[in-house]
Amino acid sequence: MQPANLFPLLVVLIAIAFALGYARSRALATPLGGIRNLKSLPFYYAARAALWCGLPALLILLLWLGFEDKVIQLVVVGSLPAELRPESVGQASLVLSQISNVASGALSAESVPAAINDAASLLVTLRDESQMIMTLLVICIAVLSAFIAWLRIAPHVNAREKVESILRKIFFLCAGLAIVTTAGIIFSVIFETIHFFQKVPMFEFLFGTSWSPQTAIRADQVGAEGSFGMIPLFVGTLMISAIAMLIAVPVGLMSAIYLSEYASRRTRSIVKPMLEMLAGVPTVVYGFFAALTVAPFIRDLASSIGLSASSESALAAGLVMGVMIIPFVSSLSDDVINAVPQTMRDGSLALGATQSETMTKVIFPAALPGIMGGVLLAASRAIGETMIVVMAAGLAANLTANPLETVTTVTVQIVTLLVGDQEFDSAKTLSAFALGMMLFLVTLVLNVIALHVVRKYREQYE
Amino acid sequence: MNNAMSQKEIVRKSLKRRYRKEQRFKFYGILAIVIALSALVILFADIIGKGYTGFIKTTVTLEVQLDPEVMYLEDPTDAEAFSMADFKAPLVVALENQVSDATGKTAQRALGQLLNTYAANQLRDAVKADPGIMGTTQTMTFLAHDDVSVYVKHGDDPTYTVKLSEQQQAWVDQLVEAGVIENSFNDVFFSNGDSREPANAGVLGAIVGSLLTMLVTLLLSFPIGVAAAIYLEEFAPQNKLTDFIEVNINNLAAVPSIIFGLLGLAVFINLFGMPRSVPVVGGLVLTLMTLPTIIISSRAAIKSVPPSIREAAEGIGASKMQVVLHHVLPLALPGMLTGSIIGMAQALGETAPLLLIGMVAFIVDVPDGLFDSATVLPVQIFLWAGSPELAFIERASAAIMVLLAFLISMNAIAIWLRRRLERRW
Repeated sequence: MQPANLFPLLVVLIAIAFALGYARSRALATPLGGIRNLKSLPFYYAARAALWCGLPALLILLLWLGFEDKVIQLVVVGSLPAELRPESVGQASLVLSQISNVASGALSAESVPAAINDAASLLVTLRDESQMIMTLLVICIAVLSAFIAWLRIAPHVNAREKVESILRKIFFLCAGLAIVTTAGIIFSVIFETIHFFQKVPMFEFLFGTSWSPQTAIRADQVGAEGSFGMIPLFVGTLMISAIAMLIAVPVGLMSAIYLSEYASRRTRSIVKPMLEMLAGVPTVVYGFFAALTVAPFIRDLASSIGLSASSESALAAGLVMGVMIIPFVSSLSDDVINAVPQTMRDGSLALGATQSETMTKVIFPAALPGIMGGVLLAASRAIGETMIVVMAAGLAANLTANPLETVTTVTVQIVTLLVGDQEFDSAKTLSAFALGMMLFLVTLVLNVIALHVVRKYREQYE
Repeated sequence: MNNAMSQKEIVRKSLKRRYRKEQRFKFYGILAIVIALSALVILFADIIGKGYTGFIKTTVTLEVQLDPEVMYLEDPTDAEAFSMADFKAPLVVALENQVSDATGKTAQRALGQLLNTYAANQLRDAVKADPGIMGTTQTMTFLAHDDVSVYVKHGDDPTYTVKLSEQQQAWVDQLVEAGVIENSFNDVFFSNGDSREPANAGVLGAIVGSLLTMLVTLLLSFPIGVAAAIYLEEFAPQNKLTDFIEVNINNLAAVPSIIFGLLGLAVFINLFGMPRSVPVVGGLVLTLMTLPTIIISSRAAIKSVPPSIREAAEGIGASKMQVVLHHVLPLALPGMLTGSIIGMAQALGETAPLLLIGMVAFIVDVPDGLFDSATVLPVQIFLWAGSPELAFIERASAAIMVLLAFLISMNAIAIWLRRRLERRW
């Protein structure tokens, strides 16, 4: 049975388990003189039966679905005769796709060796068998465990406590998913990065000044040597982020100050949501705007004053990214400025300082750590931003300080290297994971510092 | 005494400067807001200006005479032979009847170029569906070629390059005059998937793909996020593990989205062998990405429920779980819903992680299941925006408007829910 049909079936089984559990607990209670003689309400006995029915079966189902394909693939590849057995990862995926194409009929059976045909029919039977076994197993486990739970319904059992403890464990697992996700991120980048450093020395990657990720198709190819120095990428990333911060910090900070200190309640209630709209616009829209409107505008503007600008200039991407980040800076600064106690404001104003003097000499210094935290968070967002630079920045890794030239960024390279076909044994593909790891580490450090600073700051005034 | 007088003087003299400074400071604030808001206005105006024509299609209505001789069809009753017949010829003849001075093979070819590439197929399908119309004259509407469409919509705008020849332009002018070429609402845009021909390209496939992906994301991230928030707010003991979970959640909220794409590629596709470019994998990746947002807003919603509610429930003997599930959760739910809708809106606009798990494939069909290859709206925008053809750029802008319409309505629902259901304590 298809998993898509198995889920509804499981839901029906759970409902039946619930109904039967409810009925049995009531039936047990009647001779004792009503449900008040049960330790828990019938609902909890029923809920316990339903949980017993659903949880183990669901767990088995998910595990089966997760590993089914991998196991079948291993068996199928193992069945191949020695001369067809793939030697590398890339070959293995080629052979597998050949087999599955034969199995699905996309590739005619005559065009491939007989062993592949055998493997294809094995694949089909294994898939059918696996699906059948999975269906039987899931249904059996659901019915069996529901039956056990049903048998264990007794007036002296405190079903409520049991249900609550199961629920509490589920809640804990959900919260623990955050750790699992972080671990998943770290492991998924770290393995490929280690592979990468076996092919390209770490020193070259960290300090090399040239980036051109080609791998040779033939050994004697001209320019076959790819170079993997990430310095130009980081310089490009930092330049675009710096342009963005130059726009976003003054504009965001000043608008936060105006809104929190000068604006009337009415203005605030109109302007604030409009600023937040800037944060709600998807990044692909900003990318579209940067690539098709801002970049040509900057190119034309530069050529009209006698400068030459690339049509994929760092300036265009940076400007638009700056606009995107304005709301982050302004809303974080707004929170921080509002957290400064009113007494400090009143004290300064009472001494005869103007509002701007109060702001720059009293409130701003007090709020500075918090504002710095916000700026760091915004910088981390700028560094990790992808779509704007993918669409508006270039691919050429120039080591330059001229914002009118084309630069490329870490995120652009990750996307270019991983979109399309990948071979997980070439330095080219693996380098994307190494870049991903650097990106993760840099943003992690920025985030940890920023969150720490912001928290410390909050505690100071609480 | 003298000293005090001079101090007063100093203050009075400096007042003017200080007030000027105050005005300047205030002006900078207003300037900042004006800059930010004008960026917003320019962005929207640019997209609407570029894209409103994407909602307009250009059609050609022709009196097609289905003459077997013109179509090189020997036996008009033989349905098998239809696939061999020339269905473009009657269209060209019909166009020829509408314009003056079109003679010769070159002119015929140039005339044929005014029609959409699939026009002949459309005619063939019509004949196949009803072979009886062979030999009769039918009035049918076809899509115009994109170059014609660009010329009709933007002919007088110098920023658009018109790819038609002088003669073709003259013909198009004649045909527009005669009412043969018309502009109307682009229903094709909402009923088709992607296509190589801009005129046939639509967003339906991408919208369905987005909805399927969002369905997976919502079904997973809302219950898990709420459960995690309940655990952290109500049950978590004060220990190292809880602290570690909290640090992780806060960090994950700020991890760049593309990193989640790497995670999806390495874990879901390479480790678990899930297929590429399917809504399930997209939904899983977006779930992991939006969970921190949902957990954080759900915790805030739980925190806002006053302790008196808990105390009252505990006072009459409810267990901790009963307090939470029967009293705190229902009261916190509107706030949780609001936060989740905003998280879902973020996920709906997300592109980068989906590029890495292969949702950038060119997919014509509208997906019909969670395991069917699909693309999503933002990725569709990205694909069209990268095309050199003006007609695709126009469609990218139109698709952006559709996406923004979805986002704005989601946010509006969130605000409405908050106003309607949230209680102030």
